[in-house]
Amino acid sequence: MAKRIEAVNVSAYYGAFRAIDNISMTIEPKSVTALIGPSGCGKSTFLRSINRMHEVLPGAKVEGQLLIDGQNIYDRDIDVTAVRRTIGMVFQRPNPFPTMSIYDNVVAGLRLNGVRKKSLLDAACEKALRGANLWNEVKDRLNRPGAGLSGGQQQRLCIARAIAVEPQVVLMDEPCSALDPISTLAIEDLIAELKNEYTIVIVTHNMQQAARVSDRTGFFSIDKTGEPGRLIEYDDTAKIFTNPSVKRTEDYITGRFG
Amino acid sequence: MSVASHSARSRVTLKARRLPGWAPAGVGAAAILIAALAVYLPGAGGPVLTSVVAALLFLVGLGALSTVVEGGRAARNRVATSLVYAAFVLALAPLLSVALTLVTKGSERLNGYFLGVSMKGVSAFDNKGGAYHAIIGTLEQAGIATLITVPLGVLGAVYIVEYGRGRLAALIRFFVDVMTGIPSIVAGLFILAFWVLVVSPMFNNGRPEYSGFAAALALSVLMLPTIVRSTEEMLRLVPGALREGAYALGIPKWKTITKIVLPTAAPGIVTGVMLAVARACGETAPVILVALGNPAINFNPFSGGQSSLSLYVYEQAGTASKYAPGRAWAAALTLVVLVLSLTVAAKLLARRNKLAR
Ligand SMILES: Nc1ncnc2c1ncn2[C@@H]1O[C@H](COP(=O)(O)OP(=O)(O)O)[C@@H](O)[C@H]1O
Ligand SMILES: [Mg+2]
Repeated sequence: MAKRIEAVNVSAYYGAFRAIDNISMTIEPKSVTALIGPSGCGKSTFLRSINRMHEVLPGAKVEGQLLIDGQNIYDRDIDVTAVRRTIGMVFQRPNPFPTMSIYDNVVAGLRLNGVRKKSLLDAACEKALRGANLWNEVKDRLNRPGAGLSGGQQQRLCIARAIAVEPQVVLMDEPCSALDPISTLAIEDLIAELKNEYTIVIVTHNMQQAARVSDRTGFFSIDKTGEPGRLIEYDDTAKIFTNPSVKRTEDYITGRFG
Repeated sequence: MSVASHSARSRVTLKARRLPGWAPAGVGAAAILIAALAVYLPGAGGPVLTSVVAALLFLVGLGALSTVVEGGRAARNRVATSLVYAAFVLALAPLLSVALTLVTKGSERLNGYFLGVSMKGVSAFDNKGGAYHAIIGTLEQAGIATLITVPLGVLGAVYIVEYGRGRLAALIRFFVDVMTGIPSIVAGLFILAFWVLVVSPMFNNGRPEYSGFAAALALSVLMLPTIVRSTEEMLRLVPGALREGAYALGIPKWKTITKIVLPTAAPGIVTGVMLAVARACGETAPVILVALGNPAINFNPFSGGQSSLSLYVYEQAGTASKYAPGRAWAAALTLVVLVLSLTVAAKLLARRNKLAR
C-alpha cells in the first residue's frame, strides 16, 4: 500500500537558479519523515518535486530521478495526474475551494476524476473526514461552505481532501505554521494515526514537532543565500536530536545557527 | 526605568474638548438661513446660488467653530470630511438629475400600449406608436452578440491567463487592448464592409442583406475586448493556491479551470459581461449602419432591417412631430429599465451558484 520513495541526485531549478542540489535520500513506507532547516534552504522545493508540483511554476524544472517503488516519476511516459493522485499534498496555508461545501471539498478529487456514484462519494467523504479527525465537528453541516470553518478545521479539511483520493504518500509543507497550538496538536495526533496507512513527509520549522512526530529527520541547509540547498544529514530522528554526526546539524537544532 | 516613574511621567490625557453632536447640523441650518437671506433679500439669485453660498458658509463656519473649541487638527478633520461629502454630492447630482428627468419624462408615455405596438404606419400627426419592434431588436441583437462573445471572450481570457506563455499571448493581449478603444462607428463600418457587402450577398442572391444579425456582429466586436479584459482580471484574482490544491489532488488542468477557477471567478465575470451588454444595448451608430432600422416589427434577425431601442430614441428625438420627444423619453426609460433588470437578474443567477453563507 504505502510506497517507498527514493530520491537520486535530485536538483531543482527556478529558471536558471538552482534551488536544491543533488539530494539523495530514501524514505521508507509507512513512516513519518521530517524535513527541517532554515528558511530558503529548499525544503518546499524538494517536497514539491516529489509529486511533480514543482514544474507547475513557469520556468521550474527538476533533474535527477525520483523513484516511487522503483519507478521514476520523471520518466517521459508517466501520467502526472496519476502521480499526484498517488502522492497527495497539504499546503502551508489551508486552501479549501471557496465555491464548494465541506462535502464537495472532500470529494472534489474523486468527483473531478470521474467518480459519479453518490453512495461511493458519501462513503469516501465520511471515511476521509473521520481519518482527518473532523467528522464529529462537521457531520451536521456537510453542505455549509468549507471556507466557513476555523483555520485548524480548514487545514484538517484539506487533509481529508488529500486522503479522500486514497494516496500512498502524503506530503505536508509546514501544515501547522498558520495554526494555533490546539489545532497543531490535533494535526500531530492525526499524523501519528495516518502513519499506519500512509508514507508521510512533513516540512516543519518546529523542532519539537519534528522530534514528536517523525521517525526519520532530514536536515537541509544552504551555505549562503544564492547557493543551492543541500541535504546535510539524514538519520533516525532520535539520533539527529540527541547525537547528530554533523556539526552543522547540532548547531542548528541547539539554536547555534551557523 | 522603573515602573513608577514611567507611569508618572507618561500620564497621557486622552480626553479632548469636542463639539456636541448636533453642532454640524446647527452650523448647516444657520448657513442655509444666512445664505437664503443674503441671496433672496437683494434678489441676487435662486436656489443654486443659495446652496453654493450655504456650502461655503458651512465650511468656513464649522472650521472656525471647530478651531476655537477643538483645536487645529480636529478642525482640519471636519473641513476635510465636509469636502469629501461635498464631492460625493457633486458627483451624485448629475446622476440623480438624469435619473429623475428620465423617470418623469419617460413615464408619461410608458404603458402597455407603448410597449405593445410598433411604429408601422404612424404619421407625424398621430399620437400613437410604440417601441415593441425596437425592444425585439435590442433583445435579439444584444442576445446574439452575447451568445457569440461570452464563450469566445471567456475562453480567450482563459487562454491568456492559464495557457498563454510568450509571444502569442502577449500579441493577443495587445490586440485586445487596441480593440477596447475601437469607436463603435468603426466597428459598424467594419461589419458593413466585411459582412453586409461581402459575405451576406453570398446567401442573398448577390444582394447585400442589412440585418439585425449584422448589428449583433458589430456589437460583438465592441463587446469582445471588454469581456476578455474583465474576465482576465477576474481570473488573475483567483489565488494560485486553489489551482495548486486541485493539481495536488490529481485533477487535470482543464477540469481545474472549469470546475474550480471559473466558478470562483464567476460573479466577477458576470459583472464584466453585464457591463459589456449594457454598453452594447446603448450603441446606436453600428445599428444604423448595418441594420438600417425598421418602423415595423421584424422578428427575423437574419433578414431585413431591424430597429433597436437606442436607434429608436435617436430617430424619435430627431423626428419633426410634437409626439416624438415623448416617445424618445419613454424608449430611453425602457432601455434603462431593461438593462437594469438584465443586470440584476444576471447577478442573482451568479450568486445562486454560490453557497449560502
Ligand atoms: N517561485 C519561486 N521562484 C523563484 N525562486 C523561488 C521560488 N520559490 C522559492 N524560490 C527560491 O528557492 C529557494 C528555496 O526555497 P524554498 O524551497 O521555498 O525554501 P524553504 O521551503 O526551505 O524555506 C529559495 O532561495 C527561494 O528564494
Ligand atoms: Mg517552505
